[in-house]
Formats: sequence, structure tokens, C-alpha cells
Amino acid sequence: MYNMESLNLFIKSIFIDNMIFAYFLGMCSYLAVSKTVKTSLGLGIAVTFVLTLTVPVNYLLENYILKPGALSWLGESFADVDLSFLSLIFFIAVVASMVQLVEMVVERFSPSLYASLGIFLPLIAVNCAILGGSLFMQQRAFDSVGTATVYGFGSGIGWLLAIVGIAAIREKLAYSNVPAPLKGIGITFIITGLMGIAFMSFLGIKL
Amino acid sequence: MKNKEILLGPLSKNNPVIVQVLGICSALAVTSKLEPSIVMALSVTVVVALANVVISLLRNTIPNSIRIIVQLVVVAALVIVVDQVLKAFAYDVSKQLSVFVGLIITNCIVMGRLEAFALSHRPWESFLDGIGNGIGYGLILIIVGFFRELLGSGTLLGFQVIPEICYEWGYQNNGLMILPPMALIVVACIIWIHRIYNKDLQEK
Repeated sequence: MYNMESLNLFIKSIFIDNMIFAYFLGMCSYLAVSKTVKTSLGLGIAVTFVLTLTVPVNYLLENYILKPGALSWLGESFADVDLSFLSLIFFIAVVASMVQLVEMVVERFSPSLYASLGIFLPLIAVNCAILGGSLFMQQRAFDSVGTATVYGFGSGIGWLLAIVGIAAIREKLAYSNVPAPLKGIGITFIITGLMGIAFMSFLGIKL
Repeated sequence: MKNKEILLGPLSKNNPVIVQVLGICSALAVTSKLEPSIVMALSVTVVVALANVVISLLRNTIPNSIRIIVQLVVVAALVIVVDQVLKAFAYDVSKQLSVFVGLIITNCIVMGRLEAFALSHRPWESFLDGIGNGIGYGLILIIVGFFRELLGSGTLLGFQVIPEICYEWGYQNNGLMILPPMALIVVACIIWIHRIYNKDLQEK
């Protein structure tokens, strides 16, 4: 039963609550880096990686430090401390340091992956999808670290799917005859909108 | 650059949303109604202007290697203030905006203006630049919010504007306009019209 719920959440976070089509998170890098499939695949993998790490870490922070009453493990007198107004600054600090950490680890153990991700890793710190993942996690109050991890991974995969899809379409678009004022960014917006409508057909899927 | 140019440039020729393509995330997500669009526009303007001033004052003391972290901390502190003010004085709107107030931190407009302008200009000019970009961003938000609410719900700021008689004659609200994908298409139409009149912005 537990696994079924996780799988359900996973599917839901990929297709229905897709970061790009449903919430427009991470649009900036989505629009800027989606010119070729290869680079967008690299960025998508990096985003998935960082989301899978930051959501559970922020989940632990939220539940053992920030939530009202979360500090009660320190003793009775801490039971009514409410630090939730600090959550934004905590989350962004975790995201920034995680990105830094991931960058160092990847550079040390897999120079080839590091070379292919290139400048995308540091850019991820200011990708709204990452912070958005943590904020949605806080809003939805998941029941365990496992669920939070599944959510982070699923959202990352959803983002990856979206950016690779649009990159593939944009590669083909180079050969089509688009009205001049719509060239480039305009037509990309319209295609993203149409893809969003297509993704809406997944609404209501439940395993 | 003249101060007037700094203030008015971002309204059209150098608009942060439709020309520089920054801050799209929040521009699209909050615009299904006019009221949250206006609140969001105000919040972003306040944050950009103040963050620009603070960073501009600090610009000679920040070591280059840690400037991103410093910028994030300054922006995050300002956003927390805005978030708490909204929760105190406009609770309903703050609920509608949900996570998108927090996401002003990673709004590319804020970081982009800090990097591109505040780090190399004096506080007063940075302040004008922040206000200009905030208004340029707000303008697009309000246009999108206006059309989506008018066509999608037949209301503006919650008041009915399409008269009852139209509904009796068979007019129907276009429910699609409220759904997320239409925000993208409305923005695309704005870009389209804007670029017809500004030929130098057209790509290739």
C-alpha cells in the first residue's frame, strides 16, 4: 500500500503537477537553455539530481527545526518556538550550499559528467524549480522523508521531460516558416502552452 | 545613461518580461486574476528597488567570489519582510499567491538587475532601475491578468463587468483562459504585437 502511494505521487508529480506546465517553475532556464537536446538533457539531469537531494534535506529542516513546535526534541521549554518565518532563508541557503557541494563531488568523482554539465550546475541555485520544490513540500506537509524524496525526484523528472521535449521541437522549428515577430521566444511560448494543454489530459489519472 | 532613460527604458524597449525574458515563472503563475497580479507586481517592484539600493551601497565591500550568496541573503531578507507584511494586511491574496511570494527570491529579474546594474552603479540610479524594471514587469502582469480575468470569469477585481444580458443571449465565459497554458499564449500574443511595432527586437 505504501509503495503504491509513493508510485502514485511519483506519477502525479511528473505528469499532473508538472513543474513547468502546471506551475511555470524554472521557466527562465527552460527558455534560455532549450536550443539543443544535448545541453537541455544535461541541465535536466542536474536539476533532477539537485531536487532529489534538496527536498528531503529541507524536509528534515522543516520538521526538526522550523515548524511550530518542531524544536520540542531539545526539551520542554522549546516546544512553542515557531521559526517558520525563517524557512525561506534556510531553504535558499540549503539549495545554494547543496549546489556547491554537488558541484565539488561531481568534479572530484566524475570529471566527464562535470565537463558535460559545465556552467549549468552553478546556475541551478537560482532556478525557481528547486526552491519551488521545497516550498511545495512545506505546503503539502508530506508524512515522511521517503515521500519527500519521491516528490523531489518526480518533479525533477517532470522538468527534464519538459525541457527535452521543447528542445526537440525547437530543433525542428529551425526549418519552419514562423512569422517574423514570433520567431524565437514568441513561438516557444505558444508551443509550451500547447504542450501544457496536452499534459492536461493526464489530469485525474490515479493508480 | 540619463535617469529618465533608466526609469522608462524597461517599460517597453527593454522590458524585463517580454524582451529580456526574465521572471517568467511568477509572471505566468499568478495572473489568472487581476488582484493577485497587482499585488505581485507591487511586491516585486518593492523587492527589486530595495535590493538594488542595498547591493549598490555594498558593492565596493562585497568580495567578487561570494557575491551570489550575499545577493541571495539580501533578497531573501527583503522577501521575508514582504511575505510577512502580505500575511498581515492582505491574507486572502497572500493565500492565493501561495509559494510564489517566496519564489521572488529566485525571480531572475531580481538577480539579473543586481548582477547587471546594481553592482556597477550608484544607489539612486539603481533605485530608479529597480522601480523601472518592477513597473515594466508589473505592466505585463496586469495586462495578462486583465485579459485572463475578463475573458475567463467575466469579472475584473471580482466585480462583474460583462452584463447579465449577454449571458442570457448565450455568451459563455472561456474557462480555458483560467487554466495555466493560456497564460503562455497570452504572453506570446503580447510579444507578437510588441515586436510588430519594434522591428529591431525581432530575431534573425
